[in-house]
Amino acid sequence: MGNVLLQYATVLMLAIFVGIEIIAKVPSILHTPLMSGSNAIHGVILVGSMLILGGATTNLQEILGFLAVILATLNVVGGFVVTDRMLEMFKPKAKPAAKKEEVAQ
Amino acid sequence: MSRETLIDLLYLFSATTFVLALKGLGSPKHARKGNMLAAFGMLVAIVSTFFKYVDGHKLYHVPLMLLGMFIGLIVAVPVARFVKMTAMPQLVAIFNGVGGGAASLVSITEFVHIKSTHPATYVTLEVLLGVLIGTVSFSGSAIAFAKLQELMTGRPITYPGQQVINGIVGLASVVIIVTILVTASEPLLWVLLALAFVLGVIFVLPIGGADVPVLISLLNAFTGLAVAASGFTLGSNLLIVAGTLVGASGILLTRLMSKAMGRSLANVLFSAFGSNVTASGATDRADGRSVRSGTPEDIAILLGFASRVVFVPGYGLAVSQGQHVLRELAEVLEEKGIEVYYGIHPVAGRMPGHMNVLLAEANVPYEQLVEMDEANSELQTADVCLVVGANDTVNPAATDDKTSPIYGMPIIHADLAENVVFLKRSMRPGFAGIENELLYNPKTTLVFGDAKDTLTKMVAAVKAN
Repeated sequence: MGNVLLQYATVLMLAIFVGIEIIAKVPSILHTPLMSGSNAIHGVILVGSMLILGGATTNLQEILGFLAVILATLNVVGGFVVTDRMLEMFKPKAKPAAKKEEVAQ
Repeated sequence: MSRETLIDLLYLFSATTFVLALKGLGSPKHARKGNMLAAFGMLVAIVSTFFKYVDGHKLYHVPLMLLGMFIGLIVAVPVARFVKMTAMPQLVAIFNGVGGGAASLVSITEFVHIKSTHPATYVTLEVLLGVLIGTVSFSGSAIAFAKLQELMTGRPITYPGQQVINGIVGLASVVIIVTILVTASEPLLWVLLALAFVLGVIFVLPIGGADVPVLISLLNAFTGLAVAASGFTLGSNLLIVAGTLVGASGILLTRLMSKAMGRSLANVLFSAFGSNVTASGATDRADGRSVRSGTPEDIAILLGFASRVVFVPGYGLAVSQGQHVLRELAEVLEEKGIEVYYGIHPVAGRMPGHMNVLLAEANVPYEQLVEMDEANSELQTADVCLVVGANDTVNPAATDDKTSPIYGMPIIHADLAENVVFLKRSMRPGFAGIENELLYNPKTTLVFGDAKDTLTKMVAAVKAN
């Protein structure tokens, strides 16, 4: 076990605590958007998929990498768009202001 | 500063945006900005990756990569944009599933890639865990999607020896992982892949439709963990941080969700909830107890004499697309000086918070939406409780009947109101498949039919009075 692994393990442990801490007080009405938002964030596997395809040296690796890129892109794009669409509904209470925004768009 | 350092710094920036985004998603005020921030961070990470070197060379196959992204983009945007809001849960399921599939593919490819270099045991273990968890998430999400989309029955699917079979498949996966660790056999990897696929399917089959959202949240956390595992293999802090964040927060969120239904996570996953109750429900009904039914016009008169009304909307409302008409009804009642509230159960709809989204879409004022506890105190002085397309969330069996599978679930006490009105399609039990005693309560009036039609008639009748 090298020092690198130890470093990754440290990052892992800290990320676990951060992940638990930051959502501990979420109101239940936001559970669905939160789930959807974190769904988009694990779409970061697209970065991994790019590295795999970018390093592919055989046909098999190339095919698998290409598929991974497609699936991961679906995850990222779909995840963020769906979340945004859900959150669009939680507009601030001041209605006239919200209407103005719509016009601006 | 070297190229690699710069890219790593940009990755660090992305990881920071992800943390801030999750934090922002916890408050209604900052949620949307948080999501945008994460999307920006993601874009930065993806663009930076194009400039990365793998094994000392620039990325191969960049055109193919762009093509893959383009395909993903033109499929995902319209689907995510235009699918109906009621179908939101299955959409989250499917986008989660493809993420798990991608994580699994990354791990498989990495195994094929590094096998010849005789990697350390722990590296192989990370790869195999990535394959196992990612694939379970993929096939599990696919079944969850099929259940919610009603491509298959939403009822739990059970068969004799189910737990034993699941246990055996799970154990077999572990055995295969250990064998691969020892022998580095590639054919066995494909066996593991197949087993993981089956495991995902049989894990989800016994889970009833009403519990599927909790399951999606769990599978979402799984995908996060699979991503973290591939982060270890690829040596990417970004993937480790993002994947672990999602994994840890996802597991906590899953527990919060099951708590909102008054059940433990283990109970949600392993009890095949709602599989046996239809039978007992049927015998209950066979005793021929009568219910009182009324016309929309009767209810309009009842509402006209009320001074305080609480609406309890459920998934049935969303299915009939009646949210706008319900808001209209609230408006005409308010014009008559009647107070109107919407009592929202935490798991109304198909996911926690789903109903809030659907009502907000129909421009229902935020201040009229009250959460369960507040709704219960309003109901004590309410004249009419109008239950529209909800059932399980107002079922008194949750507090009265210790034998009921939903016993212990917090409910909206519709029966506290002077009068209870149910708008229902039929006498069929709700999503959880449990008979509702409240329907036979003398206080209760039932109006059968499509919720939207009934509401439209009621609006006209209230206006005419």
